[in-house]
Amino acid sequence: MKLNRRALLQLSAATAALGFSGLAARAQAIDELVIAYNVTLPAWDPTTGPSAVNPTIQGIYQSVFDQYILQQPDLKPAPGLLTEWGWNEDKTKVSMTVREGVKWHDGSDFTAEDVAWSLTRAADPATGNPIQFVWGTLANIKAEGNKVTADVAQFDPTIFKWMYFLTGYVLPKAYYEKVGAEGFEAAPVGTGPYMVEKFERNAFVRLKANENYWGGAPEFKTVTIKFVTDAAARVAEVESGNSHVTLEVPYEEYDRLKATLTGVAKPVSDIGMIFLNDIDVMLDANVRKAAAHAIDKQAIIDRLLSGYGVKIDTLETPEYDAYDPTITVEYSPEKAVELLAASGYSVDNPVKFKIQTTKGFKPKDYEMVQAIVGLWRKVGIEAEIEVYEIAKHYELRAADQLAPAAFYNWGNSVGDPTTSTGFAMFGPSPHSVWDGKDLIDMIGPLWGEKDETKRIDGWKAVDRYIAENALVIPLLQYVQPILSAPGVVVTPHASGALLPHLMKRA
Amino acid sequence: MRSVERCLTLLRAVLSRLATTLITLIGVAVIVFFVIRVVPGNPIAMMVAPGATEADIAALKAQYGLDKSIPVQFGIWLSGVVHGDFGTSITTRQPVLSLVLSRLPATLELSVMALIIAMILGGFAALTGTRLRGTRTEAAIDVGNGMALSVPDFLWGLLLILGFGVLLPVFHISGRVTPSLDLPFVTNFYLTEALLRLRFDLWADIVSHMFLPALALAIPLAAIIGQLLKQSLKETMHLDYVTLSRTKGYGENHVILREALPNAILPTLTLVGVQFTFLIGGTVIIERLFSYEGLGNMAIDAVINRDLPLIQGIVILFALIFTLVNLAVDLCYAALNPRLRHG
Repeated sequence: MKLNRRALLQLSAATAALGFSGLAARAQAIDELVIAYNVTLPAWDPTTGPSAVNPTIQGIYQSVFDQYILQQPDLKPAPGLLTEWGWNEDKTKVSMTVREGVKWHDGSDFTAEDVAWSLTRAADPATGNPIQFVWGTLANIKAEGNKVTADVAQFDPTIFKWMYFLTGYVLPKAYYEKVGAEGFEAAPVGTGPYMVEKFERNAFVRLKANENYWGGAPEFKTVTIKFVTDAAARVAEVESGNSHVTLEVPYEEYDRLKATLTGVAKPVSDIGMIFLNDIDVMLDANVRKAAAHAIDKQAIIDRLLSGYGVKIDTLETPEYDAYDPTITVEYSPEKAVELLAASGYSVDNPVKFKIQTTKGFKPKDYEMVQAIVGLWRKVGIEAEIEVYEIAKHYELRAADQLAPAAFYNWGNSVGDPTTSTGFAMFGPSPHSVWDGKDLIDMIGPLWGEKDETKRIDGWKAVDRYIAENALVIPLLQYVQPILSAPGVVVTPHASGALLPHLMKRA
Repeated sequence: MRSVERCLTLLRAVLSRLATTLITLIGVAVIVFFVIRVVPGNPIAMMVAPGATEADIAALKAQYGLDKSIPVQFGIWLSGVVHGDFGTSITTRQPVLSLVLSRLPATLELSVMALIIAMILGGFAALTGTRLRGTRTEAAIDVGNGMALSVPDFLWGLLLILGFGVLLPVFHISGRVTPSLDLPFVTNFYLTEALLRLRFDLWADIVSHMFLPALALAIPLAAIIGQLLKQSLKETMHLDYVTLSRTKGYGENHVILREALPNAILPTLTLVGVQFTFLIGGTVIIERLFSYEGLGNMAIDAVINRDLPLIQGIVILFALIFTLVNLAVDLCYAALNPRLRHG
């Protein structure tokens, strides 16, 4: 065959036609909403295995399944599948009222039996629910009519908050028992706003609107969530029009693209912090306090995160129940120098320790630590940076073997102090590396405190004690950037979950 | 009689290579099993919930069989493998074997497409450079080859996304197929099956998804093929039999394609075989970049989540592919090389 100019042109035209053939929908109005999601969905059961405690995929779960209690975009609870809930007078029993008229995706009726079964299953260690230790505080769970009751085996003031947190999902008793775990994985059924139409692991999930959804049918009738884990690829997805919505893009890209696309950037319940381990030089209060006072958090947010972040001085963000704006840690390099001098350290004779950080796990994590180390150097702290993977962080933290300082991010989408300050700072918790007895004694009684006002005040006092003694260095509350096509209005959720049923046409 | 002897020799060689392959796979299995358990980061620490007690952590370890010693874990795993059970993925709770086998076709199709593109581009560059040797076109081809080689495949991927996904949106930049399409396939070889079923609409959609990642993988390989083939052709063009065919009055195109190419292509073929294994390895990053649902993409997720059984399964499969490809290349070489073919 002779390859002449004419043949070459014909070949080029054929290639272009081939490419365009798959993209016909791009020019049309948004009929099928396409979301470029930042993580993949490994498994469908939202109550078992590692996926169940992965905060980043809860948005997908919440599109298909309902939680016991609805969580509103501002993190506050609202009636969901449960319309009423509470304890009896002496807090030895709980009772819940179940919404009537709700249907499962397979058309069967949702009942109180489903709620009782889901709670019982979650409390059974054999099912592999990672939060079993919470659900196990309820016993003798019974359904009668549209009421569910249970005995309180061990009082947990946060039990109802867990009902809109990790693993707090209601699954269909009859369907699950009929198809088993494998069948459920292949064809999940929930009561949520969307039904699973097609799922390709590592690729996409295609959802169809649940027209009978008790909260009202979603506006977009078909939603495809594509798993695009690379940030640059997500930017290209929305920029090219292949996807209509994406999240967690670099802030620089967000600023560039929000001129042509719609951008929304709101604080989420995810914070950046530095764990201090009570070993070596961190046993010296002057060193800890100096390290805290020497960090200009606002400058870091402004310069490294393009202003997308909220400075925090406790592990509570403004949306959390125990947030106390009067607890502050001022930026004062002078005070840091004084404190270090009191312990015999100076710029010429710096205190030395190691700080661990991830690189690229959270936006500008490594760069933030570099900036902090630079600020510390100016006051007489010489910190050596060690980069590690997030998996290593978890392992070291569980074994209480973190370096004297370790950067990490902490999520707490229910906003209760137990799931922020509590688990991060209570010595016996596998997530805490501060083992000081004073703090353990302060926190201990709060786990079972039945008076809510007293409980929250108690946590505020704990936060104040932690800030005054610099037992941890809270840095910032993250802001989640979301980009959408001009025709789509996204309602951000403070938990960080990107929920398609909260998206509307402009 | 002589051909029977040759067949027996070939059979012995194949069996010997298969035995070596088996030993290699066992070695890989041992190394991978122990290494991934020694490196920092374990899956249990990643799924421990806030507030979990020591007993909760111990129960989780027992549930995933990680409470036993590493040699005991290896024994259990090896015994399962012998019976075709590669274990269950920690993150997906699916059998590892079915997971990796479901993703393998996607990676194989991508790799083969990349190889075909690389051979077309590289072959075209080599033949054009040889035909127009000593001209500016040859110099331009050499410069192009140098550029293609010096830029890594993932960077080509980003450039292609920007060029043909964003600026000139001609091709799809993520996934393997448009989610809204109904796929009538019974295997996961989508591209092949679409062709066999004469579903050219689906075929075009799949090609439109695969083209950019395949091209990103192919460009560096095309440069290598182009350089080596051109060099081989140049050397062959000076041989006596080529000069003789010129003397007989054959045109330059005939001389290059019919006389020089069959001999010059042998070293390139060997190289292509070796490079194909590297190409499959390269799919890990490219699949991630293009959100392509292949084995490489799954491998990254498995490593991030410390999904030990899945990592083991994927690595074993990659090792198996590498050894089999090398075996196939050796056999092809034996079949095509006249000296080996005729004993």
